[in-house]
Amino acid sequence: MNAEALVTIILFGPLIGAITAGLFGKLIGDKPAMAVTTGFLFLSAVLSWVVFSQWTWGGLEPFTLTYAPFIHVGDFVSNWSFRLDALSAVMLVVVTTVSSLVHLYSWGYMAEDPGKPRFFAYLSLFTFAMLALISAADFMQLFFGWEGVGLASYLLIGFWHHKDSANAASIKAFVVNRVGDFGFVLGIMTVFWAFGTIEFAKLFPLIQGALGEGWDFAGGHFSLIDLACALLFIGAMGKSAQFFLHTWLPDAMEGPTPVSALIHAATMVTAGVYMVCLLSPMFEYAPVTKTIVTVIGAVTALFAATVGLTQNDIKRVIAYSTCSQLGYMFFAAGVGAYQAAMFHLFTHAFFKALLFLGAGSVIHGMAHEQDMRRYGALQKYLPITAGVMMIGTIAITGLGIPGVGLGMPALELGFAGFYSKDAIIHAAYEAGGGGNAVGYFAFFIGVLVAGLTAFYSWRLAFFTFNGHARWTSEDLEHHWHNRDHHTHDDHATDAQHETHSEPLPDAHDQDHHGHGHGHGHGEHKPHESPWTMRIPLLVLAAGAIFAGFVFHHEFIGSHAGDFWRDAIFNLPAEHAGEGGHHAPLWVYLAPLVASVGGLLVAAYMYIWKEGLGAKLAAREGILYVFFYNKWFFDELYQATFVRAAKWLGDLFWKGGDQKIIDGLGPDGVSALSVRVGKGAGRLQSGYVYHYAFVMLLGVAGLLTYAIWAWSA
Amino acid sequence: MPLLSLITYAPLVGALGILALRLGGRADDAKSAETARWIALVTTLATFALSVLLVAQYDSSNPGFQFVEETAWFMGLSYRMGVDGISILFVLLTAFLMPLCIAASWRSIDKRVHEYLIAFLVLETLVIGVFCALDLVLFYIFFEFGLVPMFLIIGIWGGARRVYAAFKFFLYTLLGSVLMLAAILFMIGVSGTSSIPALMQYAFTPEAQTWLWLAFFASFAVKMPMWPVHTWLPDAHVEAPTAGSVILAGILLKMGGYGFLRFSLPMFPQASDLFTPLVLTLSVIAVIYTSLIAFRQTDVKKLIAYSSVAHMGLVTMGIFAGNAEGEQGAIFQMLSHGVISGALFLCVGVIYDRMHTRDIAFYGGLVKRMPFYAGVFMLFTMGNVGLPGTSGFVGEVLAMVGVYEVSTWAAILAASGVILSAVYMLTLYRRVVFGEMTNPKLSAIEDLNWREIAIFAPLVVATLYMGVQPNSVFNVTQASVDQLVQVYRAAIGG
Repeated sequence: MNAEALVTIILFGPLIGAITAGLFGKLIGDKPAMAVTTGFLFLSAVLSWVVFSQWTWGGLEPFTLTYAPFIHVGDFVSNWSFRLDALSAVMLVVVTTVSSLVHLYSWGYMAEDPGKPRFFAYLSLFTFAMLALISAADFMQLFFGWEGVGLASYLLIGFWHHKDSANAASIKAFVVNRVGDFGFVLGIMTVFWAFGTIEFAKLFPLIQGALGEGWDFAGGHFSLIDLACALLFIGAMGKSAQFFLHTWLPDAMEGPTPVSALIHAATMVTAGVYMVCLLSPMFEYAPVTKTIVTVIGAVTALFAATVGLTQNDIKRVIAYSTCSQLGYMFFAAGVGAYQAAMFHLFTHAFFKALLFLGAGSVIHGMAHEQDMRRYGALQKYLPITAGVMMIGTIAITGLGIPGVGLGMPALELGFAGFYSKDAIIHAAYEAGGGGNAVGYFAFFIGVLVAGLTAFYSWRLAFFTFNGHARWTSEDLEHHWHNRDHHTHDDHATDAQHETHSEPLPDAHDQDHHGHGHGHGHGEHKPHESPWTMRIPLLVLAAGAIFAGFVFHHEFIGSHAGDFWRDAIFNLPAEHAGEGGHHAPLWVYLAPLVASVGGLLVAAYMYIWKEGLGAKLAAREGILYVFFYNKWFFDELYQATFVRAAKWLGDLFWKGGDQKIIDGLGPDGVSALSVRVGKGAGRLQSGYVYHYAFVMLLGVAGLLTYAIWAWSA
Repeated sequence: MPLLSLITYAPLVGALGILALRLGGRADDAKSAETARWIALVTTLATFALSVLLVAQYDSSNPGFQFVEETAWFMGLSYRMGVDGISILFVLLTAFLMPLCIAASWRSIDKRVHEYLIAFLVLETLVIGVFCALDLVLFYIFFEFGLVPMFLIIGIWGGARRVYAAFKFFLYTLLGSVLMLAAILFMIGVSGTSSIPALMQYAFTPEAQTWLWLAFFASFAVKMPMWPVHTWLPDAHVEAPTAGSVILAGILLKMGGYGFLRFSLPMFPQASDLFTPLVLTLSVIAVIYTSLIAFRQTDVKKLIAYSSVAHMGLVTMGIFAGNAEGEQGAIFQMLSHGVISGALFLCVGVIYDRMHTRDIAFYGGLVKRMPFYAGVFMLFTMGNVGLPGTSGFVGEVLAMVGVYEVSTWAAILAASGVILSAVYMLTLYRRVVFGEMTNPKLSAIEDLNWREIAIFAPLVVATLYMGVQPNSVFNVTQASVDQLVQVYRAAIGG
């Protein structure tokens, strides 16, 4: 089969699955609906790897396959199409691999949920939209996928729609993303009116001709390409939860954990990074915007890491970690190291999905408790989960042996994150050396955040799996017996308000939970997850170990030119990947030292001096309170935007419409006429006849006039 | 009989049939009412079939008027009918929505059924007439008489405050139509013709254009409705029966936009150019102001009505952008809004029929008892929010693209509507459909029945089809729109 046919099956398979499960799920039953969606996803995943290997080693040429026209109005031309190049090939395997594993995992994780067909339909719908996004050949299909994944995200965050917190979180996600899309749409319009096309293949060759051109926008005069890129980047900030538009991502943890792994860690949130890399032929000529991207990325990396240090909800720690890692990818792109950004996107997908699904396994085993303060000593009960979480933690903290400096690059060895994160930090340093001052800024933050990352990641691991048990079997029993309650009343006093436990299905499903878990009404202990959940964990663990080692030559090493071909554009002067060995030794050792430092502090606080962390937290120092409350962003936005919208809405409604417009207009006249025409009677006999009379008079007048005019 | 007149008067024939039935029997005869319903349904379906035939026979490569009928009328006037790419799809939209309205009123209207159906059928004839008329006098007659059945529908079958609502409607509309009548008289007097195609060629002096433009604007702005003459709409919607709201939002509002495209732009191009900043300003205010108001509503229908005003704001912006993207976007947005807002009012009708309240706070947790309804409502919510893949997106984005060329400020402010629409629609959906079902009165509420599913199915298909294949619409409209834009741009020298 040729590649065109393969990508078509990859793209539409998940859609067919989604439609089948979504529309006919009730008809065909839970298991068939799950089997169809999961089956199509595994098919897509296998075929994606075929396409990817053909691309990497088989000399597959880039192509664009056009299915049908979408919008053709004047020069505003968009088609439904599939664009295959290095970028989309990488995304294909990331998306379908994680998605198929998450589908499989959900067989176990969602076993007791009554809404399984709906859940699987949403997952597959998401996958379709994500594939449409990455395969777009123009801005309109890109935007279709962009908002399509937003819809799926909204539906899945609010999957447990009887929970108010889930509904609030899903709306927040959609609206904050819309703020980003507001910029995105304006960016697309700027591109269209500046270049007369929204098709990438036609647009990119025109960029160089527009250098130095200015553009009038909102009353100001800007560099055209900088303006377009900056507006488009606002879209990326929303989707990828960057500083200022990040507030939705932690709340998105209201969704079931497999959703967090797929959408809010591995795939959708990386769409912003993907977009910037895809548009590298534009961004390379937008120096100001690149600086903005770098600063926003670096600040996000730091901000999210500081918040992650203090959170107690296991999923929220990983959510902030994702936010922080996305910051790394953005500042890599900002300094021109798109390849490194994509590489980190690729490796991050494996280890972050692993961490989330591992956390899900813990939550599942702990009767849906998410507060890490009620964990501890779980290694014994969840050995496989503990093992793979350890692998994920090593991968994200970037432990490895830097070969450089020993003069033997071949010795370089480490888990996935080691290759990609270090590449980003080096690229930032080199950009600094190349005269880009924000490069150094990003470099120092990158190193600092490497240490913070190590601390919060190991804190999570130690807090959960080591030390003493901070739960009792009565706690767990209590959970199981309150399955139909959505919050845990006995924790209301000490659990922080943002720590939510995932709700459990309706009480009538209690009869079924026995076979899924093996916890009857006997002794309640944390339990390891079923094989449907363990297999995805093991596969992702393999990815977290090997993804960096196997592919670093292709993504950022000696084969990078052959691998990327024309998909990514670098201006020669700013090529961050070349001459990668000029930096001094300490630059290579710094991230590793920071990472080990973070590990040691975490071990000290949570293993050797167990309880020290809680004591420090209890002192409520200024920094702790600031970090713990997420730098007070939610409070700030609530006090400004939300309040302003409500206030203005009421003002316009009650003041504008009712008092001024109606008061001076119809109501004023009405008051008058009621006084005059009291007794004119009911409407049927009153106004309508008046009106008809006036109108007939009008028509008569018209006819009279016409006749008079023509006869004259 | 020529096809256009056949489509226009077919509903009238059905109305006469029902009238005969009514006069031949007692008013409260249930059996006779059932027969009347079937007559109305068959008539409207036949009209729809004819209008599909019309579109199928339409030559989309020809930008001019087709199916033209021209005969001497009375008193020296001419009867002229015809459609082009701008009007033909509004005929189709009208004929598409009418059978759904009849079906939606099947059980919810049980008093004066015959009169109700007659009002709807007469309304259909008049509205189709508006879109087909090629003579000023004929247009005026259709345009103004079309409001009478709408008054009756609100005033007789409406809610508690129907008198107030109809009065507001009356007052606003009267103001507009008096001015338009004066303008029409003046135009005929100056040019010596009442033929619309001829008037499109006639060059009025810039000064005359200014006054004529303002007079027509008064009428069309009320119909759209534009800020600040929009306040009749929320009240009219709230009081109107469900099917009345569907026609009001789905079709009657479009008469304003159609009027701008048929009269203001081609006949008064200089004045249109002159007043573009005014229109853009009022439209931008409409988008933001009414969106924020919609956010604060406690009545489901009022919320959707305010949302209609905001969406129409984008239409007027697109029209006065004066480029292909803007016009196509505006026309598409009108067609799409006809389907989506109609469907949203039907969604409200479903729960209103069951619970007899439109209070948002009364509802909540409906998804538990009404999963099908929740799915359908979600689709149209997303359509109203302008999600790509639904028809709501295409018109919205094209209208904004068109406006951007004229004014980046207007485009920025209009684009903020995409944020606000998400806020109020998703909040509405959450409060009605999601959450716990805490109101015990809802515990026995039933999901969509087969009749309701049959009503929603075509709307679902239309929303998705137009969202994924909008080009099938543009293919029909393109030639006429391009000509309109070309002539307009030549006239204003741009």
